Amino acid sequence: MATKKLVSKTFYHILVALFGFAMVYPVLWMVIGSFRDNVEILSGTLSLIPNDWAQGIENFQVGWSGFAGVTFTTFFRNSFILAISATIGVVLSSSVVAYSLSRLRYRGRRIVFMLMLSTMMIPGQVIMIPQFIIFHSLGLVGTFVPLILPAFFGHGFFIFLMMQFMVSIPKELDEAAIVDGCNKYTVFTRIVFPLLKPALITTAIIQFYWAWDNFMGPLIYLQGANQWPVSIALRNFVYAGNTNFGAMFAMSTLSLIPVFVMFLIFNKRLVEGINTSGIKG
Amino acid sequence: MSRFMNKDAVAGYIFAAPFIIGFLFLMVGPMGMSLYYSFTNFQLGRVPTWIGLDNYSRLFFNNFTDFHNSVMVTFRFVFLSVPVRMVFGLMIAYVLTRKMKGVHFYRSVYYLPTLIGGSIAVALVWGQLFQENGVVYNIFEAVGLSGVAWFDSVSLAIYPLVLMNVWQFGAAMIIFAAGLKDIPESYYEAAEIDGANKWQAFFKITLPCLSPIILYNLVMQTISAFMTFTQAFVITNGGPAGGTNFVALYIYQHAFVWRNMGYASAMSWILLLIIAVSTAIILLTSKRWTFYANE
Repeated sequence: MATKKLVSKTFYHILVALFGFAMVYPVLWMVIGSFRDNVEILSGTLSLIPNDWAQGIENFQVGWSGFAGVTFTTFFRNSFILAISATIGVVLSSSVVAYSLSRLRYRGRRIVFMLMLSTMMIPGQVIMIPQFIIFHSLGLVGTFVPLILPAFFGHGFFIFLMMQFMVSIPKELDEAAIVDGCNKYTVFTRIVFPLLKPALITTAIIQFYWAWDNFMGPLIYLQGANQWPVSIALRNFVYAGNTNFGAMFAMSTLSLIPVFVMFLIFNKRLVEGINTSGIKG
Repeated sequence: MSRFMNKDAVAGYIFAAPFIIGFLFLMVGPMGMSLYYSFTNFQLGRVPTWIGLDNYSRLFFNNFTDFHNSVMVTFRFVFLSVPVRMVFGLMIAYVLTRKMKGVHFYRSVYYLPTLIGGSIAVALVWGQLFQENGVVYNIFEAVGLSGVAWFDSVSLAIYPLVLMNVWQFGAAMIIFAAGLKDIPESYYEAAEIDGANKWQAFFKITLPCLSPIILYNLVMQTISAFMTFTQAFVITNGGPAGGTNFVALYIYQHAFVWRNMGYASAMSWILLLIIAVSTAIILLTSKRWTFYANE
């Protein structure tokens, strides 16, 4: 019986590990691709060991030099500016709206709540065109504003996530603070907001990586290579007829590092976030 | 702090203001504008002229072949990818609930594609993997099948995109895993006493208990599959011969390449309608197959 159990356990682990390997294989292949030259990449080799690791040095150098006279220093800087600004915006705006909907009692609150839920179902495609027209008429196309500003009006998923979390913050704390001289505003800044930290972190990670991956927004709104974030730069790198695949994979690999590092650090928070709000990761 | 400002009603609206303002000016306003533009010949930089239902009749009569193709290709993508992705998410979640060592590690590994799958980096690699003489081609050859030039075929080009979507089942897996953990162990014990085997337990206990979560996943995944854009834009750019020209791509081309904002708006409303009807169908039929423990 014991051996049978051991066999089934081993079998299970081998199966799960093999499937896991197949899952991450494309990513590994990309990472290794940054250490290969064109001939090797185009041969479609299945191997995950490059002929010559030193090829990587050239790939990263050539890749980083970018194109159209702009280096990846600029592309990464743009990506960070866009992602960090949008993250700050979403964290601040979603938390105040969540406070209003979960802690304050007023007429119309239920309607606002229902509208907030409905925004989670509205496809971006429908509002994309008119939003573009609005920003175009304001002369803001070709700036970062259309990509950052909307983040400051709250995001349904995150408002919902924070409301779920606020349920676990005892209302007695609010009441005690009011007795001690706090008002509705300072209860938020001194009590609720600091206690909301886990939900704020979850929101920040998810929003950061959404903004980091955002492609359609920058594609529509940004014009010069100076403004491109990494996502656009990578795509145009290939689209401009650049055929140095090793360099492309090298930059692709680098572009995934920020998201990957956050995942390693905040793994648990992310999982909780997906669970409590059902966010599509 | 004045007493007026400290009233729940006042503070409530002040705190909700970001959402309300955004809702009015970035949601409702634009949606109204979009509806209006769909009845005009608006092109960026020109004055829109009211042309009634012309855009819609053009979609359904003059340009029917292109638009119809886009809608069909999109439906194909949704039907091929959503169910398989859900099945994988559920299966893997089920397999990984066993109290074995390393479950958390495996879950992270399986989630990785979802984490980075939306990036341009992965889209570019995917394109390379499925190239003629690429990795997948070579795997096919190695096992004795003939290699396929996926992106040269109108009917096959969609499959690498479907597979890429299915590959990202991680979020569904995590939500299912949480749902599985909430099913009381006593249900399974009772079933075992009654002589049910593992399969019966899965179909009679696990699936019904998870049905609300299945419904939620199904709705969200369907909506997002209908809006697929980035991967197709980067990997195939709609080709070959419209084989992967999803509605979202077609809208993008009309709106931002050819600047036919009015025409593109009409298309986006039809897409919204298609999504709304599909969601409604799922929700209406769900009454037959979802089960709530507290009923």
